[in-house]
Amino acid sequence: MGLPNANGDLSTEVEVDAFRRLFPLHFYEKHLLESISPDARPLGRARETTIALGAVASANGSALAKIGSTTMLAAIKMKVMTPSLETPDEGCIVIDFHMPPICSPIVRPGGPAEAAPVVAKQLSDTILSSGMINLKELSLVSGKAAWMAYLDIYCLDADGALFDTALLSAVAAFSHLEIPVVSLNDDGKIVLSEEQGLSDREPVNKEKRKINLSSVPFSLTCVLHKNYILADPTAEEESIMDTILTVVLDSSSQLVSLHKPGGTVLAYTSAIQDCIALTRQRVKELQKILEEAISGMEVD
Amino acid sequence: MEVDREDGRSQNQLRPLACSRNILHRAHGSASWSQGDTKVLAAVYGPKAGTKKNENPEKACIEVIWKPKTGQIGKPEKEYEMILKRTLESICILTVNPNTTTSIIVQVVNDDGALLPSAINAACMALVDAGIPMKHLAVAICCCVAKSGYVILDPTKLEEQKMKAFAYLVFPNSVRSVLPEGSLRVEGEPIENGIITSVTHGIMSVADYFYCLERGRAASVKLSDFLRRNLQQQSTDSSKAG
Repeated sequence: MGLPNANGDLSTEVEVDAFRRLFPLHFYEKHLLESISPDARPLGRARETTIALGAVASANGSALAKIGSTTMLAAIKMKVMTPSLETPDEGCIVIDFHMPPICSPIVRPGGPAEAAPVVAKQLSDTILSSGMINLKELSLVSGKAAWMAYLDIYCLDADGALFDTALLSAVAAFSHLEIPVVSLNDDGKIVLSEEQGLSDREPVNKEKRKINLSSVPFSLTCVLHKNYILADPTAEEESIMDTILTVVLDSSSQLVSLHKPGGTVLAYTSAIQDCIALTRQRVKELQKILEEAISGMEVD
Repeated sequence: MEVDREDGRSQNQLRPLACSRNILHRAHGSASWSQGDTKVLAAVYGPKAGTKKNENPEKACIEVIWKPKTGQIGKPEKEYEMILKRTLESICILTVNPNTTTSIIVQVVNDDGALLPSAINAACMALVDAGIPMKHLAVAICCCVAKSGYVILDPTKLEEQKMKAFAYLVFPNSVRSVLPEGSLRVEGEPIENGIITSVTHGIMSVADYFYCLERGRAASVKLSDFLRRNLQQQSTDSSKAG
C-alpha cells in the first residue's frame, strides 16, 4: 500500500474512503484541526433541520422532524379517562419512544434497542419537568373525566443526535395538536363525539381546542474530543468520539437538563459554558423553524 | 443563609458514610455503600472471556445489571444501567484486557435519596476490590436546588421530591501528588474539577448549575478523603490477617 509519510500515517498513500474506514479517529482529527467537520459544517453548527406538521392524518397531532438524516415521526392520540384520586383535575401524558429495525443496522427485531428505553425516559423526564404543558389544561370535568395523551415517537432513521430530534418532533406534535370534540352520551359519560356518532349533540369543550405551550424546551447534543466541541454529531462521530453532552434549555434560557453520561473526556467549566452558549444559539434557530412550520400550516 | 433541613444537617453536610468491601465470597469483588439510609450493594464478576455482540473486541467491555429493591425492571433501571456503564467505562483502563467482559451487578437495598450516586460509589469500590485497573476513582454526589436558590448536598428522598431541581455529579477523586501543583492542570484547572458524568432533573438556571458544580467539587474532596482512609485501612487489615 505504500510507506508512511512524514506524519507517520498513510494519509497520502490511501484513498479518502479507505482512510476513513481504517483510521477513523485520525480522519476526524485532521478535520477538527481545521475547525470543520467532514460534511463541511463549521464545528458549532448543527445539521439542516426541517419540521413537517400533520404528517399522520389519523392522529390528533403529529409531526415529522429531520435533523440531517436523523428522522423522527411523532404522533399524539387523545383518549378520555378518569383522573386519579390524588390529582382529580389533571390529565396525563404517556410518552413512548420506539426504534424499529428500519432505523439502523444495529437494531434487530426481537428486543428493544439499547438506546430506546434510555431516550424514552430522558424524553418523558424532560417534557414533564420542563412545564411545557400544564396538566390542568387537560382536565375536562374535575374528578370525572380528563384527557390522556399518548405520544408515540418512531425513529425512522438513526443518524446521531436521537434525543434532539425526538424532542423537536414531540414539541412540534404538541403545537400541532387539536383536542377532539367531546360530548355527554346517554349514560352520562363524556365520550368523543365522532366515535359514538354524537356529532349533533352539544360539545362539552367547544372553546378550548389547542393546548397552550409555555417555556418550550429545545436541546443540542455536542461531542467533546480533546479540546474540540463538535455540535450535532452523526452516528459515525458518536461512535468514534464517545464523550457526548446534551444540553436542554427552554425559551427563557433556564437549564432543563445537562446530560453527560460518562465519556473519556472530562468536562471542565469552560467546555460546559461553550456548550451552553452553542445551545442558546440553537434554541433561537429552532424556535424560528418551528414558528415557520406552524404559520405554514395555518395559511393552508 | 441558614437552612433548616429535617434531619438537622447543614447545607453542605453529607449523611454518615459507610463502606465495606469483600462482603460476598463468590464475587470477584464486592462492596456495600450506605449514605444515611440509602444502601446499595455492588458485585463485580470479571474479566470474563469474550465481548457482547456490538462491542469493540479490541477493548474490554463493561456490562451493568441494575436490580431495583422491588418491582420489575423498566425504563428507569435501563437508564441507570446506561449511565453507570458509560461512567465506569471512562474510569477503567479498557486496553489492559481486550476482548473481555466485566459484569457489575448493582442491588438496591434501600432508597432514601441520592440513589444513583450511591450506586456509582459502590460500583467503584467493588471494582477496586476486584482489582480491575482504573485511571482514577469516580466520586459521585447529589446536589439539590431549592426554589429560593440555595443548594443542599446529599438530599433524602423527601428533600429530593420537594426541591425544584437536582443534579447528580461525578468527579474524579482528588489528586495527591509529588509533582509540583502547576504541572497537573488542564486548561488552568486541576484535574479533579472535570466532570465525568452529570445528570440533572428539573429546571434550574444556568448560574444555579455552576453553583452546584462548585459545591459538588468541594464535597467530592471530602468524599475522596473518606475513600482514601477506607481503602488504606482495609488493606492494612487484610495484610495483618494474611
